[in-house]
Amino acid sequence: MAKKILFEHIDKPGIRHLEAYRQHGGYKAVEKALQAMSPAEVVSEVITSGLRGRGGAGFQTGTKWNFLAKPEGVPRYLVCNADESEPGTFKDRYLMEKIPHMLIEGMIVSSFALGVNTAYIYIRGEYFYLYNIMEEAIAEAYKAGWLGQNICNSGYNLELHMHIGAGAYICGEETALLESLEGKRGNPRIKPPFPAVAGLYGCPTVVNNVETIAAVPYIVNFGGEHYASIGIGKSTGTKLISASGHIKKPGVYEIELGLPVEEFIYSDEYCGGIRNDNELKAVVAGGSSVPILPKDLILKTADGHPRLMSYESMADGGFTTGTMLGSGGFIVMDHTTSIVTNLHTFARFYHHESCGQCSPCREGTGWMEKILHKILDGHGTLSDIDLLWDIQAGIEGKTICALGDAAAWPVASAIRHFRAEFESYIKDPAASRTFSHYDEKYKVHNVDAQS
Amino acid sequence: MPEITIDGKKIEFAQGMTILEAARSVGGDLVPPTMCYYSKLKDTGGYCRTCIVKVESESVKNPRALPKPVASCRTLAQDGMVVKNQTSPEIQEARAGIVEFLLINHPLDCPVCDQAGECSLQDLGYEHGKMNTRYEFERREFPQKDIGDKIKLHMNRCILCYRCVKTADQITDGRVHGVCSRGDVAEISTYIEKAIDNDFSGNIIDVCPVGALTDRTFRFKSRVWFTKPVDAHRNCDKCCGKVRLWYKGEEILRVTARKDMYGEVEEWICNECRFEKKRTTDWQIEGPSQIDRHSVISANHYRTPAMKKDLSNMILNSGIDASVSSADLTDKA
Amino acid sequence: MGSIKFSDKTMAKVRELILRYPEGKHKSALIPVLHLAQAEFDGWLSPETMEYVAEILNIQAIEVFEVASFYSMFNLQPRGKCLIEVCRTSSCWLNGAYDIMSYLENKLGIKMGETTPDGKFTLKAVECLGSCGTAPMLQIGKEYHENLTFEKIDALLEKHASGEFITNYC
Repeated sequence: MAKKILFEHIDKPGIRHLEAYRQHGGYKAVEKALQAMSPAEVVSEVITSGLRGRGGAGFQTGTKWNFLAKPEGVPRYLVCNADESEPGTFKDRYLMEKIPHMLIEGMIVSSFALGVNTAYIYIRGEYFYLYNIMEEAIAEAYKAGWLGQNICNSGYNLELHMHIGAGAYICGEETALLESLEGKRGNPRIKPPFPAVAGLYGCPTVVNNVETIAAVPYIVNFGGEHYASIGIGKSTGTKLISASGHIKKPGVYEIELGLPVEEFIYSDEYCGGIRNDNELKAVVAGGSSVPILPKDLILKTADGHPRLMSYESMADGGFTTGTMLGSGGFIVMDHTTSIVTNLHTFARFYHHESCGQCSPCREGTGWMEKILHKILDGHGTLSDIDLLWDIQAGIEGKTICALGDAAAWPVASAIRHFRAEFESYIKDPAASRTFSHYDEKYKVHNVDAQS
Repeated sequence: MPEITIDGKKIEFAQGMTILEAARSVGGDLVPPTMCYYSKLKDTGGYCRTCIVKVESESVKNPRALPKPVASCRTLAQDGMVVKNQTSPEIQEARAGIVEFLLINHPLDCPVCDQAGECSLQDLGYEHGKMNTRYEFERREFPQKDIGDKIKLHMNRCILCYRCVKTADQITDGRVHGVCSRGDVAEISTYIEKAIDNDFSGNIIDVCPVGALTDRTFRFKSRVWFTKPVDAHRNCDKCCGKVRLWYKGEEILRVTARKDMYGEVEEWICNECRFEKKRTTDWQIEGPSQIDRHSVISANHYRTPAMKKDLSNMILNSGIDASVSSADLTDKA
Repeated sequence: MGSIKFSDKTMAKVRELILRYPEGKHKSALIPVLHLAQAEFDGWLSPETMEYVAEILNIQAIEVFEVASFYSMFNLQPRGKCLIEVCRTSSCWLNGAYDIMSYLENKLGIKMGETTPDGKFTLKAVECLGSCGTAPMLQIGKEYHENLTFEKIDALLEKHASGEFITNYC
């Protein structure tokens, strides 16, 4: 069995509640940190651990914490990003549903390390049932004295609150999240200043993903060096992978970073292979934003090495032949899948989720969806492929936030690796539909019912 | 003093200036075009992306090239920074792309738009746009919204620069309009059709870079290039009272704030000056406006006899030396 | 306003929500309070409801409208008693979401985005709800219904045929 950090006790009966969580070693990190460590020591352990942001960007958590400005007399905030909305990603949901106290414990230890006395968990509006689970767990923690005044007789105080969103993928972008938390539209802020200097209510703020925060208690308990010994190279520790699509066993898996992709897909411990023992066609390995890779390139890097589930190996070859580990949203497609149709669902998604602030993303995402729609409808021309390419290039790197890039990369990679499929679809749309029976249904739903 | 290099030209700047401000301090071709930035308002810019530039070296201390183009209006200049604007083919290409994005859903109704001739989008399209459009879908259309009898909102033309929202926020006492919805259906909207009723609301007309907000009292009265701008002032207890009158013959068709070479308002004016004072006797005439911009207005045929006569009359009435003023105008053309 | 007023219980909840944020930052409570308002006032936010919320939070009505119109979970038009939201993004599409949508449309005789004439059901296609591993899925109120089959849908429609008002905030 592979190393389990977050999931070690996930199936223990009653682990959703404080009593069972405590029985299995819960809140020990709070005791240790608050009674035996200084905030700087906690930060130092997190730096040593090499823990990287699990929301998608993979930035060193300790470094991010170190950036936090600490002006006298100004409150600082820690905000947990539980706005999980990246298509293909459902790990934070699983973690909060199964073992909510792990996140709370992480919030306490992290807040202590950062000198924060008020912290928020921003959860996406659609996860309302989870909001209730989290509220219940927080109430338990307050009652037991893990939250509130003078925690563990250390003199440290922390108020932790849930905050619910209302349906906007963009609020996963940290500055949009802060705007939303302030009761505004989820428009990403123009940076600088970064949240570490001016975040929530203009105060220094750290925003971390659920899975990142949940890893902190383990690091405090067992030390940063131990955590760094798990995983491979700069990809330390374990990662939750949300596996979906055409696999036998979809679900959330905790893997030790460095696991070969081939093993992840075909081993019975994880995905269990492709449904109906079909042929693997392509994988979107890190959530909808990251480049799609065809079978050959997802299983092996361009120079023939096995591709591993790590930040570095996934990125091997750059965007020409590689991709990104991202949020770990691992979408598997078998040989019946129409890449063009899948891309259309992504393009429609980004069109729907663009906040509309900056012109390339506002105008470009809709344009790309319309062209893909036209191709699916059988009216595409070969020049549409080049136009799609130009539009994504016109968006990438020119927007306020990363949503522009996220909308551009799937289009670029689909054309890069599956151009022939676009061409055959355009030349013979009727024949192409045999790629997948779903395409037959497409026309019924070609009108965006929401907007 | 710290120094930044833009398109090979070394420019001294004061700490705290943006790349754009440093560029504007010397002027000329190296100044990036802007659609949403507005120096007279706080927190503007960053949305339209037309002013993006390439940073080849961030600073003396950190001489790395930035991986992505940056919005020059929102990026601070640093000592030793090396920036490419006109001299970067990559930026020129990116800007052409952004102009294309701004135009795909624009109605291109310039022939019937009151902003034509003083429209930043027209200028931008002319200087940085492409010859043809590759957009073949229906253009976005918003239902007409009435926001009062003084200001006309034409949402189809809007490029969501946020200037009017910031103006209402910062100049008037409590804005009632804002940006609603999101993505490519986001729109400037008054809350449930409430009229924009405020002494300074008219300034949102002047800050609008396109024809989305126009003066209803001037609607379809004349093409702007057939009107003559004349500076004038009056004692006003609400605002500075310094305005620009737009004459056609003897008649004042429109009153606006005075604008600088970047088309930005010099000083805000009140609605009374803008909408109520349309007789020459309401004003102390200063003389013909000096317009530096390369717009159709400065290309006006002031030398034609009819125009000159009007102008001379006005200048005679105001007691200003006519020969100097009109020479100024034609030189700038 | 008159007719629009939170119940005492909801009002107590509103006060509790406001206290979660620092003094003077009560606008932070806007989104949670809009959820409460939507749940209490027929599942949608009318102009009157939004003005009421503005009044409670002491902010401009436009600030409420800007926010309410930004987030996809706020309905600015009346909806059916039971709002069925079907996910259609990648993983759900890979696992037959379009078939699910067609089935629902045929069963209810309406298209996505429409409400049945009796006002009981509204169908809405939505983007990824984070249920990719249990696709296809739909959401009714706060409940996720996953690994959908036509049989499951039949049962759901039957369950909600009574026309009971379903909200997500409870």
